[in-house]
Amino acid sequence: MTGNFITTRFDAMLSWGRKFSLFHYPYVTACCGMEYMSTACAHYDIDRFGAGMTRFSPRQADMLLVVGTITQKLAPVLKTVYDQMTEPKWVIAFGACTVSGGIYDNYAVVQGIDEIIPVDIYIPGCPPRPETVLDGLLKLQEKIKTEGQDWRWKKKTS
Amino acid sequence: MEEKDILIALREAFPGVVLETEMSFEIPVIRIRASALPAVAAFLKAEPRAFTMLLDATCVDFPDRPERFEMVYHLFSLAGNTRIRIKAGLPAELPEIGSLASLWKNANWLEREIFDMFGVRFSGHPDLRRLLMYDGFEGHPLRKDYPLRKRQPLFVKREAL
Repeated sequence: MTGNFITTRFDAMLSWGRKFSLFHYPYVTACCGMEYMSTACAHYDIDRFGAGMTRFSPRQADMLLVVGTITQKLAPVLKTVYDQMTEPKWVIAFGACTVSGGIYDNYAVVQGIDEIIPVDIYIPGCPPRPETVLDGLLKLQEKIKTEGQDWRWKKKTS
Repeated sequence: MEEKDILIALREAFPGVVLETEMSFEIPVIRIRASALPAVAAFLKAEPRAFTMLLDATCVDFPDRPERFEMVYHLFSLAGNTRIRIKAGLPAELPEIGSLASLWKNANWLEREIFDMFGVRFSGHPDLRRLLMYDGFEGHPLRKDYPLRKRQPLFVKREAL
C-alpha cells in the first residue's frame, strides 16, 4: 500500500484548494487601479499565487477586490455586486480609500467600505505597492487556510 | 471683435442691466442683474459676438454678502477666439436664476450640479434633479454653512450578516 494514498482532513483539503484558486473580480474606480494592473500583470504576476483568473462578472468570482474610492452614490452598486457573488466569497479592501475613506474625509465618500459589505483583508497605502497587495493576498490565503470551510455553501455566519 | 467693443455693445444694448465691467487678465468681466441673464446670454451667443461655447458655469457662496450666491459663467467665441465672464448675484433666500439649457446644451448638467451643490434653482430647466449626490441627500454640501464633518445616513446600510 505504500505510496498509494495520503490522508488529510476534508477541511484542510478544501481550504488548500480554495486558497490557490481565487477567481477575482476587480471593482476598480480610481487610481489604485494602476497598482492593481501592475500586480495582476507579468511583473508582479498575481497568478503565481493562484489568483490569476480575473472574472468580469461577480457571479463567477469568489474574491472581490474593491480598488479605489467608493462614493455614497456608488455604495448601492457595490452592495449589489457583493450580493451577486456566490459563496464562498472574500473581500479585499485595496487602498486607503476603501479602508477608511482615505484623504476624502467629506460628505461624498464612504468612510471605509466595511460600512457596506464585510471585509476580510485591508490593504493600506495610497496607493499600495504591488508587494503590499501580494502580502495582503498571502494573508487572505492564510485566513482561508485557517478558517472553517463550509462545504455546504451556506451563508457565512461571521 | 475686440473685447472692449463687447463691453461697450453690452452697455448700449442693456442699459441698467450691466452693473459693472472690468478687464481681468485680458478677459472682460461683466456683472449683471440676475433677472437679465438669459437675455444677455442670448445676445452674446448671437452673431456677431458668436459666443457659441459655454465653457463653465459655477457658483460661489459668499455668506457675508447681501447677494450671497454669485453665479459665474464663462463663455468662449470660437470665431473670435475671445472669452467673456458673466457674474450675477443672487439673494440668500430662494436663489433663482433663468436657465441657459435652451441656449447651450451643456448648461443642463452644469446647472444640475449647481443646484445639487448650492441649492440655486434654475427657472425653465428641463430636468432639475441632483447630479452628483444621491436622491434623499439633504442640504447642499458646497454651501459655506454646510457642516464640514457632517455625515448623512448611507443610502444602503450593511445588513446584519
